[in-house]
Amino acid sequence: MIKDITIGQYFPQRSFVHSLDPRSKIILTVMFIVLIFLCKNAWSLLLMSAFLIAVILVSKVPLRLFIKSIKPILPIIIFTTVLNLFYVSGGTTLVAWSFIRITTKGIYTAIFMAVRIIALIMASSLLTYTTTPTMLTDGIERLLSPLNVFHVQVHTLAMMMTLALRFIPTLIDEIDRIMNAQKARGADLESGGLIARSKALIPILVPLLVSAFRRAYELAFAMECRCYQGGEGRTRMKKMKLGLRDIVSFLSVSTCIAGVVLLNKYFGSLI
Amino acid sequence: MNSIIDFENVTFRYDEQEENSKEVLRNINLSVEKGSFVAVLGHNGSGKSTLAKLTNAILVPQEGKVLVEGIDTADEDRKNDIRRKVGMVFQNPDNQIVATMVEDDVAFGPENLGVDPKEIRRRVDESLKAVGMFDYRLHEPHKLSGGQKQRVAIAGVIAMQTDCIVLDEPTAMLDPRGRKEVMDTVKRLNRDMGITIIFITHYMDEAVQADRVIVIDDGRIRYDGTPGNVFRHIKEIKKIGLDVPQATELSYLLKNDGIDLGDVLTADEFVSAFEKLRR
Repeated sequence: MIKDITIGQYFPQRSFVHSLDPRSKIILTVMFIVLIFLCKNAWSLLLMSAFLIAVILVSKVPLRLFIKSIKPILPIIIFTTVLNLFYVSGGTTLVAWSFIRITTKGIYTAIFMAVRIIALIMASSLLTYTTTPTMLTDGIERLLSPLNVFHVQVHTLAMMMTLALRFIPTLIDEIDRIMNAQKARGADLESGGLIARSKALIPILVPLLVSAFRRAYELAFAMECRCYQGGEGRTRMKKMKLGLRDIVSFLSVSTCIAGVVLLNKYFGSLI
Repeated sequence: MNSIIDFENVTFRYDEQEENSKEVLRNINLSVEKGSFVAVLGHNGSGKSTLAKLTNAILVPQEGKVLVEGIDTADEDRKNDIRRKVGMVFQNPDNQIVATMVEDDVAFGPENLGVDPKEIRRRVDESLKAVGMFDYRLHEPHKLSGGQKQRVAIAGVIAMQTDCIVLDEPTAMLDPRGRKEVMDTVKRLNRDMGITIIFITHYMDEAVQADRVIVIDDGRIRYDGTPGNVFRHIKEIKKIGLDVPQATELSYLLKNDGIDLGDVLTADEFVSAFEKLRR
């Protein structure tokens, strides 16, 4: 289960999307997420989905990876869909049986919600699949750098993010190791109710925490040995440069937004 | 000879408050020559890791002085100058890799030094080639083997263009193959690039490959010399709780029985000495 987490996973490939500046990719992703929630009818939803799929095809990242990224969110999608189906009322009533009322508006809202969440996950996965974690945090650091005026330690935040992403796989391996060690000592992790199971987690979490602190301590030494002194006076091997590709991408996303707004106006709103 | 690191009457204890707390290192006098390959041997708790940490100002001695090319490690303002000269590789490869991609990690050191981006690129490529990891530059570190991770860590130090690399038991967590990878890399760096190596270990077969072996026990230097000279004291070294190389031990036992093979350190040396004697 734990190994299914795809946050921050990078898929190496040479493509137009991969070669975009991380800063523009972050902004474009935010723009696209806004766009997802702008869609008000089937046509604009279709345009948005078509655009997303086109970008995914351009990125040359296999589609199955996106399906994999949706899998852990599936319960949430089903939950919101069902909730919307029963709670949103309006339009013509299709089913009215005791307290259950399903209306056309409810159905539309449920479908829209599901598509939106899936698009949201896919769009953000696209960002992480096509951007290395280092580039991503560098991009965030550069985008947030105006906050330095307010004495926000942007570099420190970015470095913390990098290290967190770096240590996710290491700590996952560690959890596996500790679980096996505890099982070998007779720990029962799989049976019992919710409370019994969460109690069984304590002998896993405590060693994990202790080892994480020890790792942090050693890592700090290692970083100091490599002359790390925070962001000041630091240079970067990979320089970020905005190019024609970034302008093209901004134009295409803007066009898509304009298209969605027009379709919304022309065909009216379903929800 | 030109020395790069000098210990002058160094005494170190971890607990500074207590006057008579146990001294981890006592009265150490040592100087490491430029371009040499020094192995430091000792069992657990002998003070060998402390010795390593004293060389680049992670720790500062209470008594005596540690000088790196004449700079006192106690000088707070010059810590970074010292770390530019003496790089360090630690035991656990996972806890010293900072970035999520091999080449980004190697770039970390030079980036901190404020080196020009083009120059960083050049150094990163060169260092990765020097440790034989250039083909892995776009890989994620957690997918590499232990030996490969250690080589990346070594590349990270080389990219800072340090004159000396201190390796604190870099092979302790590796399998035999990983150990050989690291040892071969370190030897090549010493030979081809003239980088001074201080290699801390408890494996005899690694120590034998150095130019100079220092045996530490209970915070003192017990032996200091060429591997041949040091391992001649078989009985005493065993008493400290360390092993001697198998070939050396066998030749020692044969000598007791009247067959003198001379100083033998490796299996190959043993075989050739034995052949010579037979003829």
